[in-house]
Amino acid sequence: MASTTQLDIPPAPPARPRRPGSTGRAGDKIFLSLSRGSGILLLLIMASIAVFLSYRAATAISKDEGNFFTTFDWNPAGDPPVFGIAVLLFGTVVSSIIAMVIAVPVAVGIALFISHYAPRKLAAPLAYVVDLLAAVPSIVYGIWGALVLVPYLEGLNLWLDQFFGWTYIFEKTEVGVARSLFTVGILLAIMILPIVTSVSREVFLQVPKMNEEAALALGATRWEVIRLSVLPFGRSGIISASMLGLGRALGETMAVATVLSPSFLISLHVLNPGGGTFAQNIAAKFGEADAFGRDALIASGLVLFVLTLLVNGAARLIIARRKEYSGANA
Amino acid sequence: MSNATTTDVRDQRPQTRPGTHGTGLSSRSLPRWAPLGFAAVSVALAVGISTAAGWQSRVQWGLIAALLFLAISYVATTVVENQRQAKDRLATSVVWVCFLAAVVPLASLLWTTVSRGSERLDGYFLSHSMAGVLGSEATGGVYHALIGTLEQVGIATVISAPLGLLTAVYLVEYGKGGLARAVTFFVDVMTGIPSIVAGLFILSIMLIAGLEPSGLMGALALTILMIPVVVRSTEEMLKLVPNELREASLALGIPKWRTILKVVLPTAIGGITTGVMLAIARIAGETAPIILLVFGSQLINTNPFEGAQSSLPFYIYEQYKIGEAASYDRAWAAALVLIAFVMILNLVARGIARWKAPKTGR
Amino acid sequence: MAKRIDVGGLTAYYGSHKAIEDISMTVEPRSVTAFIGPSGCGKSTFLRTLNRMHEVTPGGRVEGKVLLDDENLYGSGVDPVTVRRTVGMVFQRPNPFPTMSIFDNVAAGLRLNGSYRKNQLSEIVEKSLKGANLWNEVKDRLNKPGSGLSGGQQQRLCIARAIAVEPDVLLMDEPCSALDPISTLAIEDLIGELKERFTIVIVTHNMQQAARVSDRTAFFNLSAVGKPGRLIEIDETERIFSNPSVQATEDYISGRFG
Repeated sequence: MASTTQLDIPPAPPARPRRPGSTGRAGDKIFLSLSRGSGILLLLIMASIAVFLSYRAATAISKDEGNFFTTFDWNPAGDPPVFGIAVLLFGTVVSSIIAMVIAVPVAVGIALFISHYAPRKLAAPLAYVVDLLAAVPSIVYGIWGALVLVPYLEGLNLWLDQFFGWTYIFEKTEVGVARSLFTVGILLAIMILPIVTSVSREVFLQVPKMNEEAALALGATRWEVIRLSVLPFGRSGIISASMLGLGRALGETMAVATVLSPSFLISLHVLNPGGGTFAQNIAAKFGEADAFGRDALIASGLVLFVLTLLVNGAARLIIARRKEYSGANA
Repeated sequence: MSNATTTDVRDQRPQTRPGTHGTGLSSRSLPRWAPLGFAAVSVALAVGISTAAGWQSRVQWGLIAALLFLAISYVATTVVENQRQAKDRLATSVVWVCFLAAVVPLASLLWTTVSRGSERLDGYFLSHSMAGVLGSEATGGVYHALIGTLEQVGIATVISAPLGLLTAVYLVEYGKGGLARAVTFFVDVMTGIPSIVAGLFILSIMLIAGLEPSGLMGALALTILMIPVVVRSTEEMLKLVPNELREASLALGIPKWRTILKVVLPTAIGGITTGVMLAIARIAGETAPIILLVFGSQLINTNPFEGAQSSLPFYIYEQYKIGEAASYDRAWAAALVLIAFVMILNLVARGIARWKAPKTGR
Repeated sequence: MAKRIDVGGLTAYYGSHKAIEDISMTVEPRSVTAFIGPSGCGKSTFLRTLNRMHEVTPGGRVEGKVLLDDENLYGSGVDPVTVRRTVGMVFQRPNPFPTMSIFDNVAAGLRLNGSYRKNQLSEIVEKSLKGANLWNEVKDRLNKPGSGLSGGQQQRLCIARAIAVEPDVLLMDEPCSALDPISTLAIEDLIGELKERFTIVIVTHNMQQAARVSDRTAFFNLSAVGKPGRLIEIDETERIFSNPSVQATEDYISGRFG
């Protein structure tokens, strides 16, 4: 990972007499202010996202008769208006955790497969296909999940219930189709697989040849080469890839909205249909919401925003801490 | 490209016949066809076990076969070779299993979309809107949604591409100190903003300013999603431009801004174009902001600045929700159109990247 | 310990390109053999065939045989992993594992092979670092990352890592070309000490270095660009530098080409 190139080149003194009419200095100023201006504009956009969302959210929460964090209901149009995010927070976190547990190891495996295991002729086209799959829009995953995956998973759900029901988590207490948080987690895992794979593979390919050769020359097997030089070098890359995937999973709207059959209940029986996520709830409730209902949805969106901020911040911190050890003096 | 620089550990296994008991450098090892044999045995066993137990789902069969495969190859290698080779073999098997496990759903996704989508996809579908079509009727088309998508994505690109490009130039060519660090940090943060949150942001502005839903509002939300992608990819490309080029130009007395415009950007232009196109492909599939901000429509509305519009991803969702056989067909057909659009953008973008890539003299 | 290498009719390819052709030579145990020759003559490629690192390059393959005390490295049933354990290598640019501490770097090979007792590990690491003349400089910071050392120290760390597994042969691919003169001197002194225990083969671009450190010198050349490299002659270093038997060697040594 190339560290940020700090261009520290002082403006070169003119090597020959400046041609008359040359506007180097003025040009530099204009160009600098243009580019700095867009950077500042970006910061302004970020700030206003936070400000506007908080403002609307505050309006909504101040009129909420329930507790915004603990109420198991979403009825801003009711009298009195009651809504809370507990169920949404739970559903979002649980489905994302399921997705990460499945997707990250598999994605690292596929990335290694492409970078170090697949026959050379197969590797390049495979990488290409994975990159293309990363671009498949989430709504397509959504209808595929609802119309193809859900029926397929019913057998698996019964089987999990039969053999792992004792874990409580995999106990299926309600009959019904597999429109559960577990199915959502699997679908999210499939969705984020390509992007996590793609980023990890990119990092694995950047492992300096000499690091791998160092391991080889010590008499390392292929797996040991990977463990000694590829994985340590790629660790921060894997983390940032996973966080990228987690960010997608947390905020994914369409795939959840199409697959989940929502309910305002918290249950650790992840195979039961029901539950909800922030994004799914916003998409589902938006159509029928009045002005106040929209503010309430914005309030829940603010929580999602903060959640993704925290995830991203954590990822940055981990990567920054790793940096000193990655010692890319290559 | 980067393949050339990787060390090839693919064919590291000793090429041996089984049973060669050697001393010193050679050692006992499994034959080359062993993994295939293990795979065949585990699949056979898995089918046997599942049939015996009466399990229907093929998902289970696959899981059992995968676990058996891992176990058999580990044990066999430990017995015949040694612990280290067994670990190596286990890793190889795990990686293969990961790959195969991921191929199945992704292939199913593509295959379903293509086969179901091609049922309804024709010239009529592409050139008609949903005006006056009931959900259960097997007519109607996607024309209005196509127009909506093109216009919304077009506006978003016109705003984000220059902004993103300039920001990246600032970060790479000028950036030092607090401001650059802040921008870098918040670009990262922006990359992680869920599309629905971007939609809610524009929605809150709309609520405050009393604006009506329109294509433009959707495009603004897409802009927020697109800018960080453009900044990131452009930044990467600019960093790849060797410093020697900049120094060579500066040493000739060429001012910095002209160096950037005439030397740095042209060198990186292929990669930058690719980045922008990939960003377009990414936002073209966004549904959530459109639901909130563009409202959706059955009619053709060519004016993105006024009135509700549709868009391809929104259309797919809408048709899915109707829940009739005919609307499912339309959803799949539109999904195929959307995937084709995104894929073509991707292919062209990658083509440009390859074509414009700096020639490595080899 | 220190084994003799006998190469017979060795040809190496990159894909369809023949990099070196029909090389035969003997490398004596407990001595330093230097490979010299103009750029692109295949001396590094040849070096990498001696521990089967050549086949790691995409498209790389080898014909012919390399006997290590009568055992053919390219024989059937030979595991390249074992070969590389037996024939250690030091690279042109120092390549310590960047995420590992100095101690872990030296211990890496031992840990892979698992052939040590727990309490022996630090003993072997100390011995190897001493063997690489690095102990005094790093003994107080064994837990710091290896990438924090200077270039010359890193290269000696790599040598320590290579000798920790007690290989029979040590290959060095231009080990000093990325180093400053003082570090170079340190490495050259070290080579002089190491040859008491190992068979050493060193590729170098620097003829003075070959003259200083080696007992025997092999001169490689290629007839034209794109043609495979060949071994022109191998002899006592003194003979090569004073009275070579082939005209091309003399031309190269005296700086008339290359």
